[in-house]
Amino acid sequence: MPRWFYQLASPRWCYQITGRLLPGFAIAAVLLLMIGTVWGLAFAPPDYQQGNSFRIIYLHVPTAYMAQSIYLTMAIAGAIGLIWKMKVADMVAKSCAPIGAALAVLALATGAIWGKPTWGSWWVWDARLTSMLILLFLYLGVIALNSAIESESTAAQSTAVLALVGLVNIPIIKYSVDWWNTLHQPATFKVTEKPAMPPEMWIPLLIMVIGFYCFFAVVLMLRLRNEILRRERRTSWVRELLLQMRG
Amino acid sequence: MNAQRKQRLTLVLVIVLGASVAVGLTAYALSQNINLFYSPSEIYMGEAPKDTRIRAGGMVVEGSIRRDPTSLRVEFDITDYAHATTVEYTGILPDLFREGQGIVAQGMLAADGRLIASEVLAKHDENYMPPEVAEALARAGKMPPMPEAAKGY
Repeated sequence: MPRWFYQLASPRWCYQITGRLLPGFAIAAVLLLMIGTVWGLAFAPPDYQQGNSFRIIYLHVPTAYMAQSIYLTMAIAGAIGLIWKMKVADMVAKSCAPIGAALAVLALATGAIWGKPTWGSWWVWDARLTSMLILLFLYLGVIALNSAIESESTAAQSTAVLALVGLVNIPIIKYSVDWWNTLHQPATFKVTEKPAMPPEMWIPLLIMVIGFYCFFAVVLMLRLRNEILRRERRTSWVRELLLQMRG
Repeated sequence: MNAQRKQRLTLVLVIVLGASVAVGLTAYALSQNINLFYSPSEIYMGEAPKDTRIRAGGMVVEGSIRRDPTSLRVEFDITDYAHATTVEYTGILPDLFREGQGIVAQGMLAADGRLIASEVLAKHDENYMPPEVAEALARAGKMPPMPEAAKGY
């Protein structure tokens, strides 16, 4: 295992490195999200079928990507916590859950708002929408289980197992539109093919996606730093840090 | 990696694989129920149940839309390019409804194989493009014409 992997295990080192990384990611998130929003909502061309209502794609797709990416992050962090008994990994997993849940709600809400004018229905029980709803319930389950168990390490272990079991839902969400008949259209972006939209449409979308990743990094680091301080409050370095802040 | 960590890693892999196999088998067993709609071919083969609400999905056949001039009743055929099903619907169709568009209709199959729909949803594909590009493609004869609804935007 490389050295940085063991450094990550140190809450103090993590606290310091995230403190240094935060401003950069925060600036990148604000800039990218602002550029992407204005470009996508005002300057990208309308769709030939849906007109301007297609512009909600600039929120819907990034939030849906994030909801899944964050789940993956949470499950991997949970697995590292289980295998290496790494406290910081447990804290990362715990910090991920509420962010992911919020973005899953946003993805579902923007999808419903988009579905009403284009499909003619707010909600349809097709495989894509249902598996996405299950993802939200998994997040809520992880949050509830984590807060129901008093012991930090038992809570982390149980939620990691739940997160790993729920991991099977991620490929189901991704491939639901290919495996079954769904109302939701298949993916516009595929790794192997050119995107099914012109560059003036997908460049702002890409900017939004990267912006949302930066936003996630910022919120995760903020939550993680709080969690580190809370859990390590009895250690000497946190006490010294707090004294410094006051002084 | 020491023996204990290896053991825990194996445990994690077993959890993930076990869950995948369990869910995979369940999804496979339920695959017909997970499908949102029946295709016209499945209806033709008699795979769709009668006497219960089902959904049928397919492309609206060009020139098949027949409107009743005195009411909102409309009839059209949907196809999966192998077989076709006639759909009868009374109500307002979604904006994206047009010939050549994919739709999903919910309703009951009548004895003569027609679907008496209570809800019609429009399905759109994953291709997005600006109107000018669509018009250029339409002129070249590669695209269906613009839908009525999109012209208003």
